[in-house]
Amino acid sequence: MEPKATHSQTHEVDDMTDNAVESDGVKLQTPSRVDPKFKHEVLSMPGGETLKYCFQCGTCTSCCPIADITDSYRPRTAIKLAQLGLEERLLSSNTIWLCAACYTCTDHCPQGVEVKDVLRVFQNLAVKKGYIPRVYRDVGKNILDAGYAHKISKFKMKKRIAIGLPPLSEAPPAHMEKLAKATGFHETIAEKEDKE
Amino acid sequence: MSGKPEKAGNSESKKDAVLKYAFYLGCATPLRERAYEISARRVMKELGIKLVEMKGANCCGLPIDAVNHEMTLALSARNLTIAEKKGLDILTLCSGCTGQLMKTNKLLKGNRKSRERVNSYLKTIRAEFQGTIEVKHLLRVLVEDIGFEKLKTYIKRPLNGMKIAAHYGCHLLMPSKYLDFDDFEDPEFLVEFIALLGAEPVRYVDEKQCCGAVIAGVNLDLPLNLIANKFRNVKNAQADAMTTICPSCHLMYDQHQSSAEKMFGETYNMPVLHFTQLLGLAMGIPAEELALDELKVKPEGFLIAMEQTA
Repeated sequence: MEPKATHSQTHEVDDMTDNAVESDGVKLQTPSRVDPKFKHEVLSMPGGETLKYCFQCGTCTSCCPIADITDSYRPRTAIKLAQLGLEERLLSSNTIWLCAACYTCTDHCPQGVEVKDVLRVFQNLAVKKGYIPRVYRDVGKNILDAGYAHKISKFKMKKRIAIGLPPLSEAPPAHMEKLAKATGFHETIAEKEDKE
Repeated sequence: MSGKPEKAGNSESKKDAVLKYAFYLGCATPLRERAYEISARRVMKELGIKLVEMKGANCCGLPIDAVNHEMTLALSARNLTIAEKKGLDILTLCSGCTGQLMKTNKLLKGNRKSRERVNSYLKTIRAEFQGTIEVKHLLRVLVEDIGFEKLKTYIKRPLNGMKIAAHYGCHLLMPSKYLDFDDFEDPEFLVEFIALLGAEPVRYVDEKQCCGAVIAGVNLDLPLNLIANKFRNVKNAQADAMTTICPSCHLMYDQHQSSAEKMFGETYNMPVLHFTQLLGLAMGIPAEELALDELKVKPEGFLIAMEQTA
């Protein structure tokens, strides 16, 4: 067996399943809001259609490289929360952001659930509610600026030319802007109060 | 699966045609992993692959898929339209870009509703997805368009005796219904490639393990756990070096190797070469022209061992 993550590197709790809050040292269970319509919202989004085929076998979690090294990421649990309509608990959870997008789950699901895409629908819905990890806002801004996910430094650009590489061309910002408006990307990365 | 190893390189279609592609660089290669771009361009020049730069191209969209899928589709489709206008297939270096561009291409070609939706976004910039081209990673071009048999004739300086571990990464294989390249559970193309160079491909535990790069910006500890596992397995198999086919995987294994060593109090000292650097060395291209000095984990030991086995 390979060594698992040492204690300090794993997350303390699985925040998708642990519903307890600490108050004056006493653990209280918070009531969960159930929204039976939530699964239909997921099903109606591109990539979310296969949510309904999941029968909770757990193949996704058992083949997931991230679930293998931390207890805090469980794709099956995420899907179950959606099926049950526990929208807020799912979308506010940090753990939906731990999907490494490797598609191992999608290729192994016996029910043909596009697990990674369903997870991505959860992420997209979470963003609409204002839950967005900082890094995505930065990457989004870089793309709108020049079309690249990373910032382009003038120094690096000069060095490229100096060693004989062709200059890097930037994407027209007007194009990026228009596509962002058409797709609603503008609103999703706009600076709001981070709920993260 | 169409590309099982025994079939690799047997397609006759493009063998003698001039190989010319629209060259899609992506973000990580030019901005974070320049050695990959330098060595890839150098090797392709030697192989007679003609490249047309994709002026004005943008990010493939994968890095923001979690935020807004529609924007991801729009960004990747815009890139596809740039190549469509040139009438050329796209050649890529990054597995992440390859996966995203191929997914979008196949989705929009086969699904009218998606195509109409994405074309409505593209209309705002006076572009339209036509569905007339294909997307190929350089390694797939070597396998399918040049063919390993022909590639073998370029090997002037075989890497005899060198033990090399293949890191496949995820996005050239999965999701398999969009990639349709090699067996996603038991791929062979990279092991075959290493053997073609004259080196010895070492097999190790969890060869297909993901590098975790996608979540590095959210939580770096988890990917560091993944790459530490990889190095332990690769070292157990006594590899002299590892090779990658994706700039993001390379970034994790090369640039973050010291972080993983620190985190676990272990020493890996494992040089990680881009597959284009290995190919270049085997083709007899001098190390200086393949940007080997830009690797963070210095491959000096590997190069000396290579000289000794020559």
